[in-house]
Amino acid sequence: MDNGSLGSSVAAKWRKKRGSLIMALHEIQGVKGFVPWEDAVDLAEGMGVPLARIYEVLTFYNFFKLDAPGKAVISVCTGTACYLKGNDKVLEEFKKELGIGEGESTADKMFHLQSVRCVGCCGLAPVCVVNGKTYGRVSPNDVRNILDEWRKKLSEEGE
Amino acid sequence: MADMDLDKRFDIHEIAKNKNAELERFRCSVYCCHSTGCKSSGSDDIIDLLKTAVAEHGLEDQVRIVATGCMGLCAQGPLIRVEIKGQKDVLYKRIEPLIARLIVTEHIVPALKLSEGQNFEVPPFLQEHVLSLELPFFTKQEKVVLKDAGHMDPEDIQEYIARGGYLALEKVLKNMTPAEVIDEIKRSGLRGRGGGGFSTGMKWELASKVPTVDEKFIICNGDEGDPGAYMDRSILEGDPHSVIEGMMIAAYAIGATQGWFYVRAEYPLAVERLDKAIKACKKNRLLGNNIMGTDFSFNIEVRLGAGAFVCGEETALIHSIEGKRGTPRPRPPYPTNKGLWDKPSCVNNVETLGNVPKIILKGADWFSSFGTETSKGTKVFALTGQVEHSGLIEVPMGTTINEIVNEIGGGVPNGKKLKAVQTGGPSGGVIPAEKMDLPVCYEELKKIGSIMGSGGMIVMDDSSNMVNIANFYLDFTVDESCGKCAPCRIGGKQMLLLLEKINKGKGTKQDLADLKRIATAMQKASLCGLGQTAPNPVLSTLRFFENEYLEKLVDAKPAATEEK
Repeated sequence: MDNGSLGSSVAAKWRKKRGSLIMALHEIQGVKGFVPWEDAVDLAEGMGVPLARIYEVLTFYNFFKLDAPGKAVISVCTGTACYLKGNDKVLEEFKKELGIGEGESTADKMFHLQSVRCVGCCGLAPVCVVNGKTYGRVSPNDVRNILDEWRKKLSEEGE
Repeated sequence: MADMDLDKRFDIHEIAKNKNAELERFRCSVYCCHSTGCKSSGSDDIIDLLKTAVAEHGLEDQVRIVATGCMGLCAQGPLIRVEIKGQKDVLYKRIEPLIARLIVTEHIVPALKLSEGQNFEVPPFLQEHVLSLELPFFTKQEKVVLKDAGHMDPEDIQEYIARGGYLALEKVLKNMTPAEVIDEIKRSGLRGRGGGGFSTGMKWELASKVPTVDEKFIICNGDEGDPGAYMDRSILEGDPHSVIEGMMIAAYAIGATQGWFYVRAEYPLAVERLDKAIKACKKNRLLGNNIMGTDFSFNIEVRLGAGAFVCGEETALIHSIEGKRGTPRPRPPYPTNKGLWDKPSCVNNVETLGNVPKIILKGADWFSSFGTETSKGTKVFALTGQVEHSGLIEVPMGTTINEIVNEIGGGVPNGKKLKAVQTGGPSGGVIPAEKMDLPVCYEELKKIGSIMGSGGMIVMDDSSNMVNIANFYLDFTVDESCGKCAPCRIGGKQMLLLLEKINKGKGTKQDLADLKRIATAMQKASLCGLGQTAPNPVLSTLRFFENEYLEKLVDAKPAATEEK
């Protein structure tokens, strides 16, 4: 998975465009799932931006991750519609089943659990998203099935 | 000379004529909702299946399958709409693969065999999937911005042009001066749809008066961060070209040289469609130098947010595009004077720009015939929460909350009672059930302690506790506060601590008084809209549901019980 730092190549693509730091960081995270230190260092050098500026941005925005998340990122929506329809219970169930808290990954690096602001599928509330796949009208009883589905999928991919 | 040739080659009238002739050949159009909501419900597979089934029957020449933007009733998705020439349109809900197949074999195939004038009766086994188009959800709406979303492929520029797209741009570039454009928008009464409600024409006028030294920018604010709101997402997914065209008209009016879209990273599909639309414009020379053979040159770039609610505030948004932390700064200077990289910049919301081409084509008088004295046109709302028909709606300004919730929304399900409706998200407030006759317009909502906001409308039944709701919103704004100014950073946190104390049943009357005092300080002293409006959910629930707070205090009793 680790193909070495993307910092320099991404910097080369965005250096000449204005307002591109966040876009460059998106590109790195899009490939690696987070922004590794080495990539940030290379990006700083390639774009001629102080490393502190890059970390200032990385730590300000919720979207960016500094550590490798689990293979399946579970995002539980905590928007208002989902809140009203009881998504807090779904989140609790995920925590219980996985034995981790929000923003944490399981020890086997299989799952990462996070709560997110509105994903904009309020009509389907409560909603959770796993690696881009959206599950609507989720109840705490569905949690185990969702996890099993992804365990199966990930182990198949691993083989 | 070369430019003139190109101008001819990309004549929008020619494109429209050819495309319409092509579409005219199909006897049946099947529109499949392909927005984030319905995609989540599995519309990708449904579309593939429909295409296969149509091909199996050799009907590709007569039936076209169109993946569209949002059709509105997201809770019932995936939705598909079957339109056959000379027959009644049928809308199907909750489509599963088997149902999709049956719609082809048992509806489309036999219906196409009928002779003209005969109407097709949907067979009984499909009836439970039919969604009546006579529902108030559909008949009570008035679609201006969302008119074409759900009726065309948002990824096909030719379809947009065939439906009258870029005619408004042509009209302003060839027949109107920038001042005339501004005047038309001013006369229409269009106001900012992002929540502030500032006159769009006035904003353009201010921006146009700032001299363009080297550059001037137009920025589209697509950082729709309110939880429970997805109007802008749906417009960008369903009709991206209308927003691009609106931006180009704005650019011409104010003399902007470059446009920027700032869109939430959480909306990948909207970003993808917008990117495709911009590429198609460039290919068709609707963006670039000498657009439509005139002196007008313009380009657009897209920048993504990264999950910060405060970036919806225009100065924070500008910092974010510049690649900095998204913190706001004091205004003035306003962005119209000193914006992106200190160049004059005009910031408009997605829905605002989406209205612009329609106003130009149909005129200010037409637009201002919708709405109230001070709030003109229509407004898109994301109607969600405990309501029967949850989805995306568009209504004329001045429609009452009652009409929206009980007629269009079909009321509160499960035999529960309506308690309140929340508008304006974390910056807004609640409207209690007894005030349901309130018309939605900027002034009335403000009077009652809420705001129009960007268009989230959340229905709550009698099982919701208002102290918890206030707690929920405050928790959100405290988390999203950028921390730059003390009133918001410290005030919000202190308010949250007091609320949590009250929620645990440990609060006192003094705590309630402190809560109000801090709220006032935040409203007056915070740097930007986030802090200034963060206390609104608390103040508004206190105003209408004070008893629910009093019930939780150790040293007070709710008013009603005291009277006994």
